[in-house]
Amino acid sequence: MTTVRIPPVLRETVGGSRSLSASGGTVDEVLADIFANYPALRDRVTADGALSPFVNVYVNDRDVRYRDGMETPVGPDDTVILLPAMAGGAR
Amino acid sequence: MAPATPFREVSAAEALELAASGWRILDVREPVEWNEGHIPNATLLPLADLSSRIAEVVPDHDAPLLVHCAVGARSLRASAWLVQNGYTNVASVKASLLDWRRLGGAWEAPEQLLTPAQQRRYSRQVLIPEIGQAGQRKLLDAKVLLIGAGGLGSPAALYLAASGIGTIGLVDDDVVDESNLQRQVLHTSDRVGMPKTESARLTLGALNPETKVVEHRERLDADNVERLIAGYDVIVDGTDNFDTRYLLNDAAVRLRKPVVHGSIYRWDGQVTTFVPFEGPCYRCMYPTQPPPELAPACDVAGVLGVLPGIAGLLQANEVFKLVLGVGETLAGRLLMFDAMSTEFSEVRIWRDPACPACGEGTIQ
Repeated sequence: MTTVRIPPVLRETVGGSRSLSASGGTVDEVLADIFANYPALRDRVTADGALSPFVNVYVNDRDVRYRDGMETPVGPDDTVILLPAMAGGAR
Repeated sequence: MAPATPFREVSAAEALELAASGWRILDVREPVEWNEGHIPNATLLPLADLSSRIAEVVPDHDAPLLVHCAVGARSLRASAWLVQNGYTNVASVKASLLDWRRLGGAWEAPEQLLTPAQQRRYSRQVLIPEIGQAGQRKLLDAKVLLIGAGGLGSPAALYLAASGIGTIGLVDDDVVDESNLQRQVLHTSDRVGMPKTESARLTLGALNPETKVVEHRERLDADNVERLIAGYDVIVDGTDNFDTRYLLNDAAVRLRKPVVHGSIYRWDGQVTTFVPFEGPCYRCMYPTQPPPELAPACDVAGVLGVLPGIAGLLQANEVFKLVLGVGETLAGRLLMFDAMSTEFSEVRIWRDPACPACGEGTIQ
């Protein structure tokens, strides 16, 4: 199973989990597997069926934008990281 | 144990003769004293390091050694130790270095980049080979702008000022609130209601009067951003909303100012460094500005006090490397810190050729 790391701002959509296990051979399949169980997460990070542009996806430490996008292959030992921008700071 | 060979105590005049006849000169003062001036062909070996380093510095126990310090006290102790430990040909200079110089002894004094007071104050970091006097001079000449005098800006400003950063600018239009004090360590209970920049100036001024603190009591916006950042060398971004972060990024790329980025949320922090046209910028990482609900402020989401402390100090660490020009910054890497599990991890970030701020279509 592939590990999917859930960023803090999205944890409420998956019952507070910091990471989840999912199956699939590509980023797309792995995320579809997660979304099937957590529709609230899908609603937060997708628009019109595609991943929102403000959410970066990494396989291990590599941004899938510079690989094969949602078709980037993932193996059972890989970690998929969902990473929306964070802005909290000063106040 | 055989009695140790006694050593000689010599005057400055005798020392000059021994030096001229080829005796090896050992300076047992501290590096800070050495840096203020020394005998050109002497070897620096501070008294405290004598026992651990002498074998490497002087492997030959019969080498003629002329030991000196500033006035003759430490050289006496060093010489006694040397003869007890098998060195057979030791002379201790019982005169002061001023006598040596008065008699025409060779002397080398590097250009003084620091005042004696600065050398004392910053001695622990001047000792670091990558800093030294030249590096400390760079810190003293550096101008660093902190966007936000809050959770991230507080720890960063404290350590930047302590280290002798010459000018620290603070952009913040807020006043100190009681709920800030749990993490914004620049501010104190008696300053609730005071502008944060003023409170910061009081704290930093007490810590290091040499640091010039410039208050910019305003909120960063499209009209003032370029004016605010233009006079600074490095920008530390500790803002709390996406609008400001994108605004700052675009202006910093235009003016080629490095930005050290930090953001926090509850137990998690992120830090990276954007160096325009050398590494990615914020827009390379997130081309599209997210909706504001992805940036809940601390007053909504909550934040552990130590978290901005950790992230802010990681930002200060980046500033030091940028100013000193040493080491590896976080340019091209996003460092993530999870305080709940005490884990650091990082992902790579790339320059986007299509980036609207710094990509191929922009002027470089």
